[in-house]
Amino acid sequence: MSTKIFKHIQTSVVPLPIENIDTDQIIPARFLKATTRDGFGNNLFRDWRFDGDDNPKQDFVLNNPNYSGKILVAGKNFGCGSSREHAAWAIADYGFDAVVSSFFADIFKGNALNNGLLPVQVSDDFLKKIFDAVYADEHAVVEIDLVDQFIKIVATGEQETFEVNPYKKACMTNGYDDIDYILSKKELVEEFEQGR
Amino acid sequence: MGQTLFDKIWDAHVVSSNEGFPDILYIDTHFIHEVTSPQAFDGLRTRGLPVFRPKQTVATADHNVPTIDQHLPIKEELSRYQVDMLTKNCKDFGIELYGLGHPFQGIVHVIGPELGITRPGGTYVCGDSHTSTHGAFGAIAFGIGTSQVEQVMATQCLLQSRPKRMKIEVNGTLQKGVGAKDIILYIIAQISAAGGTGYAVEYAGDTIRSLSMEGRMTICNMSIEMGARCGLIAPDETTINYVKGREFAPKGEEWDKAVAYWQTLYSDEDAQFDSVLSFKAEDIEPMITYGTNPGMGIGVTQHVPETASFEAKEQGSYKKALDYMGLHDDETLLGKPIDYVFIGSCTNSRIEDLREVAQFVKGKHKADNVVVWVVPGSKQVQEQAIREGLDKIFDAAGFPLREPGCSACLGMNEDKIPAGKYCVSTSNRNFEGRQGPNSRTFLASPLTAAASAITGKVTDIREFLKEGELV
Repeated sequence: MSTKIFKHIQTSVVPLPIENIDTDQIIPARFLKATTRDGFGNNLFRDWRFDGDDNPKQDFVLNNPNYSGKILVAGKNFGCGSSREHAAWAIADYGFDAVVSSFFADIFKGNALNNGLLPVQVSDDFLKKIFDAVYADEHAVVEIDLVDQFIKIVATGEQETFEVNPYKKACMTNGYDDIDYILSKKELVEEFEQGR
Repeated sequence: MGQTLFDKIWDAHVVSSNEGFPDILYIDTHFIHEVTSPQAFDGLRTRGLPVFRPKQTVATADHNVPTIDQHLPIKEELSRYQVDMLTKNCKDFGIELYGLGHPFQGIVHVIGPELGITRPGGTYVCGDSHTSTHGAFGAIAFGIGTSQVEQVMATQCLLQSRPKRMKIEVNGTLQKGVGAKDIILYIIAQISAAGGTGYAVEYAGDTIRSLSMEGRMTICNMSIEMGARCGLIAPDETTINYVKGREFAPKGEEWDKAVAYWQTLYSDEDAQFDSVLSFKAEDIEPMITYGTNPGMGIGVTQHVPETASFEAKEQGSYKKALDYMGLHDDETLLGKPIDYVFIGSCTNSRIEDLREVAQFVKGKHKADNVVVWVVPGSKQVQEQAIREGLDKIFDAAGFPLREPGCSACLGMNEDKIPAGKYCVSTSNRNFEGRQGPNSRTFLASPLTAAASAITGKVTDIREFLKEGELV
């Protein structure tokens, strides 16, 4: 099966300068009762985005019409906590293609990569530069190139390279799928079982 | 050069290792539950694939089951639908299900060990981050996302890059009233909620070695709360004695062969770790968290840190956490009135936890301002507690013993802490809204939770020791 392909984006960004954003904030547990992968974007950051009566909280960035774009930029240790893949589904379903932070939790990073959502880890300095750029101009554009592995603030030309596992890069740029890869080695799995 | 325990187990499970690719790692047992499996089963249907090794897949319903009247249909429609889907999927794909009403039902990380499915040297995965619990047996155990659940269902393998290795040693004698939960909360407070990210963590040292299997599970359970990929402890006599005789433990010759192998599972003296940290048991107080991640913990007599003590760029997040918790700089939690006490979760819901709490509360009664829930980790724990008469002690103390499930740890069922209320909880996460929208969680040990339920406020368990009330 092929998955979503990601090579390059250039878009404005949504700033969320909070550290240790856990997956319970990204998608609270009470919304994990769905049995399909669709529709989680409606409840992305639910309790930061809406009050107890489901009214939008005006001070939350997703409710601020000045900010939009395909890139979410957040503080360090993004995606810590639960392994729920629903967090990656919610961010992608809302319309983001990439998340930028100075540090990602491991399981979230893996889940994002498996869903065509690119986690881009940048230095603390570069993260600050992005926040500075977007707070100076809410339409500030950021470019992310997965093929050449760089991220750039278009207005200033400042850029940084980022790391990505070469296998996962090949998967994302070609739409390859982990299960197809392991199934192509099925005889090795059976040999392993017989050798035990 | 010698090998670490982690590398010995990893190497014994590598099906294929290719430069530039993650390893293909064989998985001995895949645990599944109702919340993170339905989309994976659907994926298999779309691909037209079976579950590759259904006999190595074990299912239970735990996350959103009610903890009272489990014999009745689940009232909440979406929860009932999800549990019904699990039943249907297990039937369609030939998987053993320990569902509601089954004598083996319970929290997935409680039942695997108590049934003897979790064993030294094995590899275990589950679509649940607290799968790290199973590492207490000297095993590799990863929490995984739903795409990986589908991957393991389809292939019995996990595509995974080898993490770095960290050793955390704890040596010395614990103070009375300080236990496994305090040790792990202390370690996380020292190294932060991200301090273990990218690592497989082996816990070692004589303090760790002195813990029971259940204490070791509490430690490994919270490895994920410092970001670690997994946690593990080398097996020893304590481990072997715990596994022996359990439902699915090897028997006869198989047992002898297994034990001989398990005795080779330790980090060699000259094994190299990417990071080594050491802590002294004597430095550990009864711990409590004050913030909105498990790294925000202090000794129960200490004060909440001042905002100014953090770097400027961290102060906004810190202040947001204190505001959420309704706390201020330099506040002491000791004596702070509380509303709820939750004793349960995959961290602290095993029989030893219930025995410890029962022994302490015997002859006492909870404070009027506090609601207490005691939720056993499994049907077997519940039955054992009743056989030992713990339920009667709990009842007399105003601590009703409920039925097994994840319960108020994450509030997917009806067991939610109301907005603005404080709960001293033996669970593993104090994230905003974790126990219910706008609930406020103080994580602590079962003894600290029990003592706080008795007094109605955050309490130093050692105060009771001074009065000679606890052995």
